[in-house]
Amino acid sequence: MAYAAGVDVGSTQTKAIIIDEQRDIVSRALADTGANVTAAAEKVFQKALVAADIGEEEVEYVIGTGYGRYKVTFGNKQVTEISCHGRGAAHMFPKTGTVIDMGGQDSKAIRVNQNGEIVDFCMNDKCAAGTGRFLGAAAVALDIPLSELGTTALRSEKAVRISTTCTVFAESEVLSWLGKGKKVEDILWGVHQSIAARSIGLLRRVGIEEEVTFTGGVAKNSGMIKALEEGLHTRLNVNEDSHFMGALGAALFALDTIIASRKPAVKEVN
Amino acid sequence: MAQKYLSDDIVGRGSKDGAALFRDWFQELTGVAEQGKGAAYVFVMGSLNEILKTFDFPVVFPEINSLQTAVRRVALDYLNEAEDYGYSPDICGYVKADVGVQLRGGEHPMGRIPKPSLAVVTNACNTYIKWAEIWERMYDVPIFTLDIPGTRSEGNQFLPGTPNFENDMKYVAAQLQELIELCEKVSGKKFDIDKFREILKHTNTMNRNWQKILEFNQKSPAVLNALTDGTIYLGVANGLRGTPEGAKFFEELAEEMEFKAMNGIGTLTEEKFRLVFVGVPCYPIFRRFNEFFTEWGGVFVHSTYLWFASGGANVGFQYDLQNPLDSLAEGVLVSVRDAMDSMFHHQAVTESFITPFNVEGVVYHPIKSCRTVSTGLADGRRHLMEKTDIPTLFIESDLMDQRVVSEAQMKNRIDAFFEGLISKQQLAADI
Repeated sequence: MAYAAGVDVGSTQTKAIIIDEQRDIVSRALADTGANVTAAAEKVFQKALVAADIGEEEVEYVIGTGYGRYKVTFGNKQVTEISCHGRGAAHMFPKTGTVIDMGGQDSKAIRVNQNGEIVDFCMNDKCAAGTGRFLGAAAVALDIPLSELGTTALRSEKAVRISTTCTVFAESEVLSWLGKGKKVEDILWGVHQSIAARSIGLLRRVGIEEEVTFTGGVAKNSGMIKALEEGLHTRLNVNEDSHFMGALGAALFALDTIIASRKPAVKEVN
Repeated sequence: MAQKYLSDDIVGRGSKDGAALFRDWFQELTGVAEQGKGAAYVFVMGSLNEILKTFDFPVVFPEINSLQTAVRRVALDYLNEAEDYGYSPDICGYVKADVGVQLRGGEHPMGRIPKPSLAVVTNACNTYIKWAEIWERMYDVPIFTLDIPGTRSEGNQFLPGTPNFENDMKYVAAQLQELIELCEKVSGKKFDIDKFREILKHTNTMNRNWQKILEFNQKSPAVLNALTDGTIYLGVANGLRGTPEGAKFFEELAEEMEFKAMNGIGTLTEEKFRLVFVGVPCYPIFRRFNEFFTEWGGVFVHSTYLWFASGGANVGFQYDLQNPLDSLAEGVLVSVRDAMDSMFHHQAVTESFITPFNVEGVVYHPIKSCRTVSTGLADGRRHLMEKTDIPTLFIESDLMDQRVVSEAQMKNRIDAFFEGLISKQQLAADI
């Protein structure tokens, strides 16, 4: 049995996935990226190997993805996370037409064809507005753990309108609303709506297809799922492995390479 | 063409000679500045070099000065100087770098820039007018604004011979007469029509060859990279317009490109994808930006920039030397209008490149500095994607300001674009 792996080195977290020849996930691992990107990649890969109970030599091909993809020094090849998220999402939800990926510092809208190949994509430019970092700033200002942001926001009865698009200024705006006596959940729901609106703008630029799949770390946030679904007037495809989608896509590309290498060479006919 | 050259003698000659001519031009300007003399300040769209050179004005292109500060990686010093003086971070980087040059008494990485003795601007870019007003305030010099009637609506360009075109031409001709009077006053010289005719003859040679050179790139492999080589040629096309040196350069460049086309010699890149560039280059990382594409085998075979930044020389307009003044009016109208069209109606221009140049991808590069050239790029892209199945890339940065150029983000998008192109190519091969 041969295995393929994908290692996604993101700005906040590094993820690894190992799959088998049937494209089934054998193991997954995750760790904070930190300052030593190469070490983080190595660490999650080793964790994934342990979880899969296989040796490194059994993994025939490794693809690095994410911003730190060139730091996956043990990898055989690098592929952008844009291609990988598209591929992973289409594998998990085969009818996916559009992908919204929300990570620590990036939001991406990706339109894919039935093979998971990119037709078009669009990303936030030069600024972290509309990304997970925006939520992080709000979490700090409101002193709420990231994992509770979504559930807290969902308790809101009336959203506060967050007008700033700057992640840094968002913190002061949140504090000013607190000073005016607004409820924490209402402010948070406003933050979620603000991010969702920016992401929907990205989606519109590439075209919103019937099935939209939500990937990236922020896909674990129930408040963001609801804010996007309300804005899009549709249900989103969300999987519990959504934040591993880049790593999964990379592993699938790696498996493609393994399979292609096994195809018998075409005999030349003279 | 007869095989009279060896490859080593001719290939790369244009880039080498172009760079030398460019340096000589700046050296000449330095000499003018050191003597305390002034120059005519002009812009790439509607420079009217032909009239100015008749009066022996040294000609300064502030746009070119500014982009050179970016290519030479000192733009930020100049931008900061202008911002410290009070200019907003959100306005045109070209303007601010020029303000920095003026505040430093003409100090520039390529020499010294003389002060203006007059400035000629057109309405081709709205910032030109406000920019010239800065010199007016700084130096109290005359500013001549040439109003060129543009295309009224897309696909509705008045052609020579139609009443509207003739009216527009008369309007331009009357303004050119005013410019001649102003030049006589500022220079103290009388207008010499024979000298003017000689200058027009040189421009004719340059225009004719520029058009020919661009067409050679329909060949595969492309004979020039529109983004890098093309920009070097543009410097000569603008700065030496109407000069014997400029005419000789473009004759020889056309010869080089013809030689390359006939012998299947391409750019330094192994050509895998033929691309078109829409917008203005990313000068702060000029070489690196191009490498992001060439590393994948992407070659820019054309760009809208080669049209509008040559002031519309791409139309190859030939002045009638028997009727030089009216013909200049017609040429300015036709060429500058075309330059404006390639900025504002870029979708039609881009579409016109696809089949003849065998284009496989289009890269749109809106810039923070310039809304004039960037507004509408997203619409143009959508239009192209609806009409063709050509993959496109939309990346935003700047032409001057490295503070808004993020190499990592840019590379990520470019890599994803090529991954898409490769998978499209593989899919086509499988079918």
